[in-house]
Amino acid sequence: MKRWFAALGLAWLCAAAVSAADADPLNSVRWPDLQREYLGNAPVSFDPRIEVLAPKVAEDSMNVPVTVRIKGLPDVKRVLVVADFNPIVKVLDFQPLIAQPGLSFRIKLQQASPVRALVQTGDGRWLAGGAWVDAAGGGCTAPSTGRGAPDWAQKLNQVQGRVWKDGQNQRLRLRIMHPMDTGLAPGIPAFFIEQLAVVDDKGAPMLKLETFEPLSENPVFSFDLPDLGQDALRVVGRDNNGNRIDARVLP
Amino acid sequence: MKTPSRARLILALCAAVTAFAAQGDAAFDYRLQPVKIADDTWALIGSTEDITRGNGGNIVNTAFVVTRDGVVVIDSGPSLRYGEQMRAAIARVTGQPVIRVFNTHHHPDHFLGNQAYRGVPIAALPATRAGEHSDGGAFADNMYRMAGDWASGTEAQVADEDVRPGRWSAGGHEFELIALEGHTAGDLAILDRSTGTLFAGDLVFLDRAPTTPHASVPRWLATLDALARLGAKRTLPGHGPVHEGLAGIDMTRDWLRWLDQTLAQAAGSGMDMAEVMRMPLPARFERMPLARSEFERSVTHLYAAYEQRAMNSAAQPVLQQK
Repeated sequence: MKRWFAALGLAWLCAAAVSAADADPLNSVRWPDLQREYLGNAPVSFDPRIEVLAPKVAEDSMNVPVTVRIKGLPDVKRVLVVADFNPIVKVLDFQPLIAQPGLSFRIKLQQASPVRALVQTGDGRWLAGGAWVDAAGGGCTAPSTGRGAPDWAQKLNQVQGRVWKDGQNQRLRLRIMHPMDTGLAPGIPAFFIEQLAVVDDKGAPMLKLETFEPLSENPVFSFDLPDLGQDALRVVGRDNNGNRIDARVLP
Repeated sequence: MKTPSRARLILALCAAVTAFAAQGDAAFDYRLQPVKIADDTWALIGSTEDITRGNGGNIVNTAFVVTRDGVVVIDSGPSLRYGEQMRAAIARVTGQPVIRVFNTHHHPDHFLGNQAYRGVPIAALPATRAGEHSDGGAFADNMYRMAGDWASGTEAQVADEDVRPGRWSAGGHEFELIALEGHTAGDLAILDRSTGTLFAGDLVFLDRAPTTPHASVPRWLATLDALARLGAKRTLPGHGPVHEGLAGIDMTRDWLRWLDQTLAQAAGSGMDMAEVMRMPLPARFERMPLARSEFERSVTHLYAAYEQRAMNSAAQPVLQQK
């Protein structure tokens, strides 16, 4: 019986070794689980063209800035951002469509963790990059700060934004007023933006993303889009209570 | 044969553990060396590093002035152990009792030694006392996280009286207690007119990047101008070497102006935080201790306000929630 178990264990180990294409350069014990859960155990190559820029130490666990920078990697269809040791792992799931595949945002961290960008290209392959961020922690279980202000509900889903143009491309920066409650602070249910898109004059999406609880309160984003000469960009989306986001950002 | 060898192994292990524990106690010695910087005046100069398990948080300058009536202490250091060892260091210099402790501001490396001065009046500005009260617990936890067992037993003890700004004399020394702000909401600078020594707290840094977790850059810059007008003979900065003249004030002002311009330009050109953190430092700051890490921290502390101003050309809401 014992021997049978040992054989089974060995077989499982071999299978694990085969399915993990690359060893995790961030050396995190959570990686095999994440690979199974989010990528169906598809092989992943860790690729230097995918960079996650983040501070080595999070000075503020409620607002850890992250930039995903992807250079020289064509045909990116999807960028899935995860934080291994957060109680809620998934941060966002980005479809760049006609936008550039890199983006910036801010997250809450519950403890020190790798932050990873898992990138799928048009041929279905997965590539990844990431960085460790040390953190004093507690970012996910603290109540949002804006709840203390009496007018937070009036400001809900208001968008501030600005566009910078360089002739060919435009950078869009957005701040959306939302508590982004994780549901992990006692007595405060999860309340967060779930979907966002930037659409053109005719309503066709230029980029889309699904967003999750770990994004910081009043989330801030930066996207890089081609400049197609529109008068304004329109930002649409909704939170998990069905409240709409709809705003025009003038250049 | 088996049993005796195992017994020997256990004995050896016990010996090793005991030796390690004994070494551990000796290792929590900050080796504080009072340096005489003026008549009756000594400073304990910390390193210009970040807080680590190696330095136990001794990254700060503290000081004491031996007057005829007793010893005046300026800042109590980063931990209970530091406070205790500071008192022992004072006792090696003078038999006089400590009659008064001042906390220059509420940052952990400057006041978490207060516990060692139980029974001595500890004074601070009202804003400093409020900060010690609200942030002290988290500061003590974080000190333990960063410095490890150096900080064991350390708890925030809030200063027990308000500083009354103005002249204050003790045992033949004429002190000017100056209520300022900028590095935090309450920064106490102490000028000893008898020796011309300015105890600047963290309003002044030298050869070490300034820190900004509770800073207002415009107020801090105004405060530096006020400090420069005092005409002190020598300045003990909160971090960095004691010096004559304005070197510390000038360097701190240079850093803050550069920081302000850099963040304003970055926000105006649409950069995001993590990108700003990667920006190159000017050559004059490149080799300054902690320049890169303090710049990164300052981006976290300050950038959101610059970004907010840059984005305030507000988007037009087409439709609010249904």
